[in-house]
Amino acid sequence: MEAVGQATAFTAPARARRRPRLTSEAISWLQVGPLAFILIVFFALPTVLFLVVSFFDYDRTGIYPAFMLDNYREVLTTPATLRIYVSSLKFAFIVWAITLLLGFSIAHFLVFHVRSAAVRTVLFLLCAIPFWTSGIIRTIAWIPFLGRNGAFNQALIDLHLIDQPLEFLLFSPFAVCVTYVHLFTLLMIGPIANSLAKIDPALLEAARDAGASRWRTMVDVVIPLSKTGIALGSILVFTQVMGDFFVVKQMSGGQSASIVSALATEIQAMQYPPAAASAMLLVLFVAIMVAGMMRVVDVRKELVR
Amino acid sequence: MDSNGFRPEHRFDVELVAVTKRYGGTVAVDGVSLRIPRATYCCLLGPSGCGKTSTLRMIAGHEVISEGDVLIHDVNVTDLPPVQRGTAMMFQSYALFPHLNCLDNVAFSLKARGVPKPERHRRARDYLARVHLQDYAERLPGQLSGGQQQRVALARALITEPRILLLDEPLSALDPFLRGQVREELKRLQRELGITFIHVTHSQDEAMALADLMVIMEAGRIRQAGPPREIFERPADAFVARFIGGHNILRDGAGTIAVRADRCRLGIPEAGPHIRGRVAAVEYQGSSVRVALAVDGGPPLSVVMPDDRFFAGPVQPGEEAALTWSTRDAHALPDPA
Repeated sequence: MEAVGQATAFTAPARARRRPRLTSEAISWLQVGPLAFILIVFFALPTVLFLVVSFFDYDRTGIYPAFMLDNYREVLTTPATLRIYVSSLKFAFIVWAITLLLGFSIAHFLVFHVRSAAVRTVLFLLCAIPFWTSGIIRTIAWIPFLGRNGAFNQALIDLHLIDQPLEFLLFSPFAVCVTYVHLFTLLMIGPIANSLAKIDPALLEAARDAGASRWRTMVDVVIPLSKTGIALGSILVFTQVMGDFFVVKQMSGGQSASIVSALATEIQAMQYPPAAASAMLLVLFVAIMVAGMMRVVDVRKELVR
Repeated sequence: MDSNGFRPEHRFDVELVAVTKRYGGTVAVDGVSLRIPRATYCCLLGPSGCGKTSTLRMIAGHEVISEGDVLIHDVNVTDLPPVQRGTAMMFQSYALFPHLNCLDNVAFSLKARGVPKPERHRRARDYLARVHLQDYAERLPGQLSGGQQQRVALARALITEPRILLLDEPLSALDPFLRGQVREELKRLQRELGITFIHVTHSQDEAMALADLMVIMEAGRIRQAGPPREIFERPADAFVARFIGGHNILRDGAGTIAVRADRCRLGIPEAGPHIRGRVAAVEYQGSSVRVALAVDGGPPLSVVMPDDRFFAGPVQPGEEAALTWSTRDAHALPDPA
């Protein structure tokens, strides 16, 4: 007890001379604060607002506070809901598969095949710079290219490969997929390149030393070690496609509807409560899908084959 | 251990014929020729950047050979991939697959060769048992200590029954106590397997302790190759003498000579050759004592003597002293150009 007292007496003057400092707890709050503020004000509060409104009553002239489940009942029982979910999921799956293949190949090339750091940076920039323009412009840019009298059809006709312009190129599910792939491949490249770059090149040599073919090395070493990047990229692409409104509207020529475009129609008709209900349904659906994907990756990590 | 019984007996396990490695404009390995007899523990020794690792990697097939040939068991393997060379490499950082457990790490090369799962797991368990890690089969590499990881890497390399085992600084990541233990283990394994080990190191002690054939490299060339005792007793030049240590590089009437520090003495210069200096430091090393001597206008010298002789007539730092040697112990070195 005495020893402690002495020690305190000895260190106390040293403490007093120090400038007042923030406690580590206060520093943590300061660090978390700005992002927490943005997330709460611009994300959490609006979501809560939607949740509240989704239970409200409405008619042609306004919305009325209430607590009723009719909006949800309506969304869940309309055959249209199932149809647009299936259609969106179909797009999401096709686009996911293509962007995964493309994104993985490009990331693999950038990380393992490009030796010079300068060339790699230039190539990364070439991938990224187009994304500094708006997605809307990049979507619309496909129209003069894929149109009936567009550049692509014209080129095929000039080359005498076809007589008639191809009709399926624009305002079709094909056009929607092309645009999605163009817009979202970078979202795959980024996370996958990041996880590939963390693979020790000695591991690839060790695999080669053990006699593994390129294919075996890919399947047994590279892909397992990049699965977090793959999962992250997949989540980004999936959520983007499920939440899309503009691309389907512009590129499908009215042949396809997306979840959000159906929702937009309701908003234009001033039917806020049912729109809020379908928005909540979409949020829940995407959250469950994402949770499922994270589970697949984490479970594998824990089980450690 | 030769898996090709029909081939006539080969004399050398590995032959390098004027092997050169260039990276762009720089020459990492410059026309190296070396013959490694059967079942040899060969150490490639040299300062960092001397080309020893590049040489090892060219033998392994992980580095394209710019010029020259590599022969293994009399077969020119210059353009063959590692698996067709019959080599196995143990990497400096071990390069264990972090997502596979020890058993699958060891079984990896068998999987690559299409060995069915039960068979490859059985053999992998055998090899894990050989390195005393049978109880760690299900662990991930990240859950093992450095020494255990190294043993897994060793088992993974040996399971292919290689003709040549290549080791890239295998002991550098271990603590000194473990290093000694593993050193013994490696030598024992090499004797038991009766194959050639090629071991890259920058530690003289390690090379002296292990090697049947010690190869000293500098600036992409071999300075001297031979049994450690031969190199220690008759270093080819001043670089080798300095690098392996334990020598004083001196000048006498005829030219440059090397004299082993343990053959030099401190004392009163008589008729014999001597050099005067000042005691710079005294290091007690247990059974021996090393006295460092500063000489005006020359490199520092040292005398290593048994402890009893030192304590019979101890010296203190700062005292004047003279280093004497007998001409019998002088080993002439070529004069540096």
